[in-house]
Parts: sequence; C-alpha cells; structure tokens
Amino acid sequence: MKKGNKQTRREFIKVVSVSGSGLILASYIPFNNAFARIGDDPKIFSPSVFLKIDSNNVVTVIFHRSEMGQGIKTSLPMLIAEELEVDYEKIVIQQADADKKYGSQSTGGSRSIRSTWEPFRVAGATARVMLITTAASKWNVLPENCYAENGFVINKINNEKLSYGDLVEDASKLPVPENVRLKDPKDFKVIGKRIHRVDTPDKIYGKAKFGIDIVIPGMFYAALSRCPAFGGKVKSFDASKVKSLPGVLDVVEISNGVAVIADSTYHAFNGRDELIIDWEMGPNGKTNSEDIRNEMLSHLKSEGAEFENRGDINVVQEDEKQLEAVYEVPFLAHAPMEPMNCVAKFEKGKAELWAPTQNAQNAKSEVAKALGLSEDDVTVHITLMGGAFGRRLVSDFAVEAAEIAKVSGKPVKLTWTRSEDMKGGYYRPPSMHSLKGSVTKEGKPLKFSHYVIAPSITQMRFNKNLTAEKSEINEGTVNLEYQIPNLRITGSLISTHVPISWFRAVYNTQNPFAVESFIDEMAYAAGKDPYLFRKEMLPSDSRLLNVMNVAAEKSGWGKKLPEGRGMGIAISDGYESFCAQVAEVTVAGNRLKIDRYTSVIDCGVVVNPDSVEAQLEGAIGFALSAALKGSITIQNGGTKESNFDDYSILTYDEMPVVDAHYIVNDFKVGGVGEVGIAACAPALCNAIFAATGKRIRRLPIDLI
Amino acid sequence: MPKYNLNVNNKKFIVEAEAETPLLWILRDSLGLTGTKYGCGEGICGSCTVHIDGKAERSCILSAEDVKNSSITTIEGLGENPDHPIFKTWIDLEVSQCGYCQPGQIMTLAAMLDDKQKHSRKEIDDAMSTVLCRCGTYHRIRKAVAKLVEEGK
Repeated sequence: MKKGNKQTRREFIKVVSVSGSGLILASYIPFNNAFARIGDDPKIFSPSVFLKIDSNNVVTVIFHRSEMGQGIKTSLPMLIAEELEVDYEKIVIQQADADKKYGSQSTGGSRSIRSTWEPFRVAGATARVMLITTAASKWNVLPENCYAENGFVINKINNEKLSYGDLVEDASKLPVPENVRLKDPKDFKVIGKRIHRVDTPDKIYGKAKFGIDIVIPGMFYAALSRCPAFGGKVKSFDASKVKSLPGVLDVVEISNGVAVIADSTYHAFNGRDELIIDWEMGPNGKTNSEDIRNEMLSHLKSEGAEFENRGDINVVQEDEKQLEAVYEVPFLAHAPMEPMNCVAKFEKGKAELWAPTQNAQNAKSEVAKALGLSEDDVTVHITLMGGAFGRRLVSDFAVEAAEIAKVSGKPVKLTWTRSEDMKGGYYRPPSMHSLKGSVTKEGKPLKFSHYVIAPSITQMRFNKNLTAEKSEINEGTVNLEYQIPNLRITGSLISTHVPISWFRAVYNTQNPFAVESFIDEMAYAAGKDPYLFRKEMLPSDSRLLNVMNVAAEKSGWGKKLPEGRGMGIAISDGYESFCAQVAEVTVAGNRLKIDRYTSVIDCGVVVNPDSVEAQLEGAIGFALSAALKGSITIQNGGTKESNFDDYSILTYDEMPVVDAHYIVNDFKVGGVGEVGIAACAPALCNAIFAATGKRIRRLPIDLI
Repeated sequence: MPKYNLNVNNKKFIVEAEAETPLLWILRDSLGLTGTKYGCGEGICGSCTVHIDGKAERSCILSAEDVKNSSITTIEGLGENPDHPIFKTWIDLEVSQCGYCQPGQIMTLAAMLDDKQKHSRKEIDDAMSTVLCRCGTYHRIRKAVAKLVEEGK
C-alpha cells in the first residue's frame, strides 16, 4: 500500500502513442458499446485508453478503477471533462475490465485521484488539442485562432463551429502530440464543482448491481465451508446427507474448503450448514488472542530496530518530568455490508468472473495461477461493491468462485455467509506501542520515544525475510512534524498465523492513536493546553499546523464546558494530505456520548468538494466503530465473532455531528479516503481525558 | 414443495418454496428483486428491510409462510415513484456512499413517514438506529430525516 503505482507522464504518453498510432479507429468497437448501432457504426476517436469520442458526439470515459462508495466513478471523469471542454453531464462512464493497458487498477492507498490527476487531464487535453488542430486545418486557420468549448471547436475569426463528432474521423489520423499544455487551475470549470454522484439514483431505487446481485445465464448458487482455524484444511467430509437436501445439486472440495452448489442461495447456505467435515486444524489450532498478545508483551522487554533517531534520547535534564505508557489495539474485521462474493464461469479452458474487487488485475492473476491458465484466458469484470475498506484488495473470494466453477463445471455465484465474512480473515493487525517522553519544567518537550510492536502485512503475505526497519509498520511513526529535540522511533515484528491485510488507513489506524494520545499526555504533564502544546512544536509553515488552527477555531476550542464534557484534539498526515480533528464528548459515569467532531482537511486541490466532505464524515463513522466497538478475538486458531451482534459497528443514534471543512489552495492533489481516519480515535480519547481525567490506552474504549 | 401466491409491489407471483424459506431469498433469487440486500441473515443489520402491509420488516427473518397473505413492497416498488420525497432528499443531500445499505435505510424511513400514525422524531430515530451503515453515512441520513420531518413528508 505504501509503494505508489503512479503512472508517470512519460509512461502515459507511451500508452497514448501506442493506442493512437496506426489505430484503425473506425473498426474499434469495444465490447458492450452502448452507442454502436447496426448500419450506423460511429467513427471513434480514442487518443487514450481512458477516452473515446465518437462521430455521434458521444464522449465515453473508461473508468478503470473500482467504485466502492468513495465517489471516484464520479470524480475521475471530471478530470477528463475539465481539459476536454465537454459537458460533464453528457459523458458516458464505462466500467473497464481488468487489463494491464490501464496501468494499475488497484483501488487503495487513497491513490485514485492522485494517480489519475495528471494522466486523465493529459488525456482530455491531448484530445482537445487534436480536435482543435483538425478543425483549424479544415478552416485553413492557425490552431491559435480556434478554441474548444462544450463539445465544439469554435473559429475565433468567424465564430464558425464544428462539433467534436464532426472532427473525430480526421483527428484520429493525426499523430498524438506530446507535452500538451494543461489548464491553469484558475480556469477550472469542472474541478472544484459539487458534482452529484453518477451512481446514486440506481443505488437508491434498488437498481444498481453489486457483485452479489449479478446473475448470468445458467448460473447456480454456491456456499463454502472453510476450516474454523486459519491454516487448517479438510481431512474428510460426508456430503451424503447434504446431497439429499432440497435444491442441492453438488458438493465439491476446493483448496479453501467444501462448497455446496444449489438452485438458490438459501439452499446453498442450508447445505453448507449441514456439511459434516472432519477438519485438520493445523499447527495453530490452539492459538488464542492472548497468545498473540503475550508475544507482543514479550517484545516490550527489548527495544526493537531503529526507525529514526534525533538528538540524544538518553539526555538527562534536571527537573524534567518523565512519563511513559503502553497503548494497544486488537485485530479488526473490515466487515463491509456486502459480504464477499463472486460470480464465475469456466468454459472451454477460459474463466470469466464478475467480481466486487478493489484489485481486479490481482484477481485475474490469482485466478489464472489457481486454475493453471494463462492470464489471457481469464476475464475479470469489476462490479459495484457494498463497501470494501481494503478487504477486497485480496482475491481469495474470486479464486474460490473460479475453483468451484471449474471443479463443478457449473457457472456459480459464491456468496459468503455473514459468519464466513466475519471469520474469513485478512484483518487489520493488532499492535502494541511503548511510549516514553519528558517535558522540561518550562513545559517544553524534551524527549519522545515510540516503540511499535506489530506484525507486518508485507512480511506476512509477501516477503518472509523483511526486517522491522524495512517494513511498513513505521507508517505514522516516523518523520513527525513535531520539533522535539530528542526523539527515537523503534519497532519489532511479530508473526501471526492469522491472515492480515490492509484496512482503510492501514497502520495509520494504530500508530497515530498511540502518538497523538501520548502527545496529549505530555501536554498535560507540561501543564499546557493540548492544542497550544502541539502548536509550539510545529513549524510555522506547516500545513498540519494550519489545519489544526482551523479545527481549533471552527470547534470553538477552549470554550468553557460544563462538568462531564470535554474536547480533544489530534492531527495526522498521509497520502499527501493533512487532517486535524476536534472531538467533543459528554461522559456521565460510564456512559459516553460523542457530541461533535470538527474535521479539517488540506488535500491540496479539491476535485469534488462534496466527495471530500462525505469521506471526512464517513471516516468518523468508520473509525468510531473501531474506537468504540471493534475487536476480533482469536479462539482455537480461528475467529470467535460471527455477525454484527458480537462484532458490532456504530449505529445512527451514536453518530456525532460532523463538521467537515477543507482548505482551499492550489497544492498538489492529495488523497482523501484514509487521512480522515487516523486522528479520530486519539481525538476522542483525548476528549474523554479532558472530560473525566481517565486516559484510554487500549481500544476498543472501555470506560468501566 | 408448497406453492405461495405472493403479492409483491402490487404484482402477483406464484413461488415454489419450502414454508421456512426466508422472504429475502425469494425476492432476490426467485423474483430477481436484488434491491433488497443480504447483510447478516439474522435480522441485525436492516439491509433487507421491506414493507409488509406498510410496516418495515426484515425479510431475512420472515418466511414465505409468514407473508403469504400480505402485501409486500420492496425498494423497487418504492422506486417506481422516483419523485418520492425521500429519493429527492437522498439525491439532494448526496447521502449514499457505497449504497448497499441504502435500500434498507430508505425502506425503514419510508414506513415511518408514510404511516398514518404520527411518529415522533424520537421514534423515527430509534427505527433508523436499527439499520447499519459501514460507510458512516449516518450524519447525512440524519440531515435527510430532519429535512423530511420538517417538511412533513
């Protein structure tokens, strides 16, 4: 998640040139082309893999990423519309299948806008320049005498105009220019505008097709039973009873367990529940959460590998006030409202999948590997998804569906039960944090050390030899903007048999909780207001300082509050964005009410303001579920929790008012999906401390 | 297998199903009405909410037998009138994110607002608190509820 898959401008131009040069555009009618009519094949101009303009004036933007609620299906095409000079409302947005020609399609790491910011605008601008050049040559004038507006090229000399559709055939014969000039941000007409989401109407009328809603001809329904312990496998199973149940057609074993195929989801689920399976629980069949916690505790005695060192952490000053604390967080399940599922068909050596995936190219390669196919023989269609939060970056559900389709010879829709989804792993890893610090008698920070102990997702899943100092568990620990003279950051890795993966904001759901809570502890030790204590430690030109100042102002930081109420502040950065949050709470005994959050983001240029605000608001809801409730318990090697009753999430009545703000500036565009998560838990715990004097150091919060 | 005459969205359907078959799967798999979502299967999350004789109910814990004499409305039925004030407000305030729970949110609210009895804001809020959203759209749902209650819709 750390390594960006940013498509550089150079690479993009290459792609553009390949698809533009020698392309017989008129013959290029893509699959599912909504506007191709028999006897009236439109000519198509496609100077980029992301864009098609046809002779009927239909502009199609190819949306190559995954829409999971974050709004990019709406905002990515805005980038092309801006430079192309077309009416956004008239653009046709077409979901792409998995294909390397698009560059990375992995939708995670708050990267979608960041990585398309340049290539999509270049695609629009390149097409615009070519259309203008074509019109100019038709009119025999210089391109400088022409401009593009609202789908037309206009001749400045005589106001003559030609629609883009009139120009595409000739434009497609031109070489694709390089280094086209992009608009000055002050001339933006689309970027920065509140555009309504293109997918909302279908979603609210019940028409939108999520992965779980896909039906293909001849399809059956499958449910899978997996080993209750991670790393275990099937020893033997008895399907005789299940095969006689109504609607059950087949029972097959695949690499992840035993699948029941039936004529409905209900019959498949019923059959699954009746399977008698003798499981080999594997080497971790007795492991419990406490064992994993004890391993983290055992690391506390050492000091870990060094991530960062400033000044001298061993410096001693007379009258310095020292403090230390240990923070910890548990495993978390993503638990999107739509459980994992996938439709798969295997026919004549080729697999075709309809997958709610954030990582379609990975699904394609994993399915090819599992089925022994070439990637060219695997087609992955990306569907809408009912939340993802990182869970759908892993392709296990797609591989399972493909295996069931292959082994059974039937097209199937595999649907995980909620219980399978809860127990299915790839959780946010747990972590433990040892923090030590000191403040001078003048109330200035003197020392700060943070030792993080956690499993590394990269090590567990991809590179067994990865060491702590090269791992990603440092995310949110190093390069803090706080100017503390003596600072040391260290870390240790633990291993776990429990499958872990990326969770919205990844290690930024963990490290900033510890850091921003402990900075608060230092502020109180220094006898300072937590906002002012932070302010004194931040450079004057810091964007973090700026968002924090705005958050303090908007929240009315410092106002007098009655007893039992408190405000807490926290800041975080990442994904090239900056965020500050103030939480306001009321605590009566062990009853906590979260009254309000003020969340301020600086994400550089804002593409769709409404989406940015929605992400900030939603981030509070998502992060509060983790802070207040989320915890996955490992019992006998598997997961204890099985549904939303024992893994509960935030409810409507618990949701605070969220006052979301963004800073208006022209800085480079930053990510917005995750940065609003990190400060949420520490701001809340700092507010609880302000209200009660009780310091929360372990999540989920327990006030008793 | 028994046959059931079901009245869904003012249309009559004959469905073959065991008596205990959850309405959810009849709607989704037999009738192709996939707007009603599977979330938990145990009546906890509210994604599968439909109207049974005008009242919001969880279709995952109702059986074919339970609803054989009832009038059933799904989100598709409500969606036949896109001018419904709830839809307009949902679009105006851009409530939805991933959208998966939204049919359940909307059906729950629609039953409270359409009901002949006057529901208090507290009763409406209590009803809405039973429908889960993982994207955290509650803040905007509350704005939408406030707007609709105020307008007396």
